[in-house]
Amino acid sequence: MQLQQMYQEIILDHYKNPHGRGLRDPFDAESFQVNPTCGDEVTLRVKLDGGVVSDVSYDGQGCSISQASTSVLTDLVVGKPLGEAFEKMDAFVELMQSRGQIEPDEDVLEDGIAFAGVSKYPARVKCALLGWMAFKDAVARSQGAA
Amino acid sequence: MTTTAAPLDVAALRADFPILSRTVRDGKRLVYLDSGATSQRPTQVLDAERAFLQTANAAVHRGAHQLAEEATDAYEGARQRIADFVGADFGELVFTKNATEGFNLVAYGMGNAATSGPEAARFRIGPGDEIVVTEMEHHANLVPWQQLAARTGATLKWFQLTPDGRLDLSDVDSVITPRAKVVAFTHQSNVTGVVNPVDVLVAAAQKVGALTVLDACQSVPHSPVDFHRLGVDFASFSGHKMLGPSGIGVLYGRRELLEALPPFITGGSMIELVKMEGSTFAPPPQRFEAGSPMTSQAVGLGAAVDYLSVVGMERINAHEHALTVAALEGLSSVQGVRLLGPADAVNRGGAVPFEIEGVHPHDAGQVLDSLGIAVRVGHHCAWPLHRCLNAQSSVRATFYLYNTLDEVDALVDGVREAQKFFGVA
Repeated sequence: MQLQQMYQEIILDHYKNPHGRGLRDPFDAESFQVNPTCGDEVTLRVKLDGGVVSDVSYDGQGCSISQASTSVLTDLVVGKPLGEAFEKMDAFVELMQSRGQIEPDEDVLEDGIAFAGVSKYPARVKCALLGWMAFKDAVARSQGAA
Repeated sequence: MTTTAAPLDVAALRADFPILSRTVRDGKRLVYLDSGATSQRPTQVLDAERAFLQTANAAVHRGAHQLAEEATDAYEGARQRIADFVGADFGELVFTKNATEGFNLVAYGMGNAATSGPEAARFRIGPGDEIVVTEMEHHANLVPWQQLAARTGATLKWFQLTPDGRLDLSDVDSVITPRAKVVAFTHQSNVTGVVNPVDVLVAAAQKVGALTVLDACQSVPHSPVDFHRLGVDFASFSGHKMLGPSGIGVLYGRRELLEALPPFITGGSMIELVKMEGSTFAPPPQRFEAGSPMTSQAVGLGAAVDYLSVVGMERINAHEHALTVAALEGLSSVQGVRLLGPADAVNRGGAVPFEIEGVHPHDAGQVLDSLGIAVRVGHHCAWPLHRCLNAQSSVRATFYLYNTLDEVDALVDGVREAQKFFGVA
C-alpha cells in the first residue's frame, strides 16, 4: 500500500514523540513560517555558539509530515558546525524535490531518509520543508541578513 | 427543503461524467467529494465547447465575416441563457475570468469612482465610510474589500459568527450603520454550507443606502437562485463550480448600477471613442469586458446551465440535502470526529467540514486519497472562519448531483481507516 511508503514508521515515531520540541531561551533568532495552503505553522529558534548550532527549539501546529521533519531536523543539525548543518539541509531539500528519484544517503540524513516516499507527493513536499525553511530563515536573521 | 419532484437517477447522470469512472491510486474507484473546489464536467459541456471550436471559432465582437458573427451569437446566446438561469436580464451579466475577478471588478470600480464623473458619485468611498463583510467569507470576497479600505481610508467592519458557524445577526443595525457604503457577504459558505438569510442583510443594507455584493459561488451551482428576487445589487459566481469550464466567471450587477460603475480593467473592446487625449467607454456589459474575451468557455458555461436546468435545481438541491444529512449522521457516529459548523442540515448546502482528533486534516486527506476518496484539506480559502470555529484547518467533503449515498458511506469508512492508521481508534 502506498500509504506505508509515505508514512514510514520513523516518521510516525517522530510525530508522536517529537525531539527537541518547545521554545527555549536563550536564542539568537526566531523565524515564523506558515504554509498558506493549509495554515500549518512553525515557530523555530536557533542558538549559535562559535559557528556551531547549539540549540534549535520550535513549536507549531501541523501535519505529521511537517512535525516529524522538524523533529528530524533538530537531530541532524544540533551540535553541528553551521556549514555541515547547511549541507544536510541541502541534501534534505534535494531529496524532497526528487519525486522519489534519489537514493538518500543515510550517513548524511539519518532518519531523514524516511522522507524519500513523501517526495513522490508534490502536495506534501512543502509540509516536509516547513521547519527547514524556518531554520534557514532563523540562521539568516541571526546573522543579520534578513 | 421539500420537493415533490422525482429523485435524481444518479446512475444515469454519472454516465455523463466520464471522469467519474476512472480509478486512482492503484485501481481505487474514484470517490469525488471535492466539487465545492471544482466540479466535474459532463460530456454535454465538453461537446458544446468542441462543437463551437470546430464550427464557429472566431474573435467575438469584431470582424464582419460569418465565423465572427456566429461566434458572437454563441457568446451572447450563452450570456442570455445564463441570465435566464439566475434571474437576471441579458445586459446585467458580465463575463469575468473567475468569481474573484468579479469581486475585484466591483471593489476597483468603487475605488475608481473618486476620479470619475458625477454619475459614479454613489460609488465613491473614503474616510468615514464603512465596508461590511463577514467572518464567513472566502478570501475572494474579503481581501478585495480589505484592500479597498486600505486604498480609500474607509473602515472595514464585519459580522461575527455564532459558535456553530452561522452569522451572528443579533445586532444587525450596529454592524450595518448609515456609514455603510457596501455590504459584501456569501450566500452559502464554501466551508460549512451555511446558507445566509439574504433578505435580512439586503433589507438592512437598503435601509441605509448601502450596496450589496453577494458571493454566489456555492449557491448558484446547487440551488435555484434568482438575483432579481433576492434584490442584491451585485453577485459573482464561477463556471467551474457548476459543471462548466474554468477560466470563466460571471458578475451580475443591477443594470442601473452597471451603467454608472467606472470600469476596472481597461483597453480594447470596452471603449466607445478613443482619442489621444482620453477615451469614453462602452455601455455595460462590454465596458467590463476589456480585451479578447474567453469564448468556448462562455459556450461551455451556457451548456452547463442547460444541463442543470434539464436536471432541475430543486431536485439537485434535494439530492445534496439527503447526502448532507447522511454525512452528518455518519460522521457524528464516529468517536473522535468533530463536525465544524452547524450539527444539522437546516439552511445548509452540501458541504461538511470536520476534524479528527489526533489526525491532522492533511494526514486524514492522505489516507482518504489512498482509498480513492478526493476531499479538500486545509482552510479552504476561509482562514478567519476556521479561527472562529477554533480549527487550524479541516477536512471538507462537498457534494454534487453525481454523488451517491454509497460515497458518503465510503467517506465515513475512510475516516475510521484514518483513525486506525494513526492509532487513535
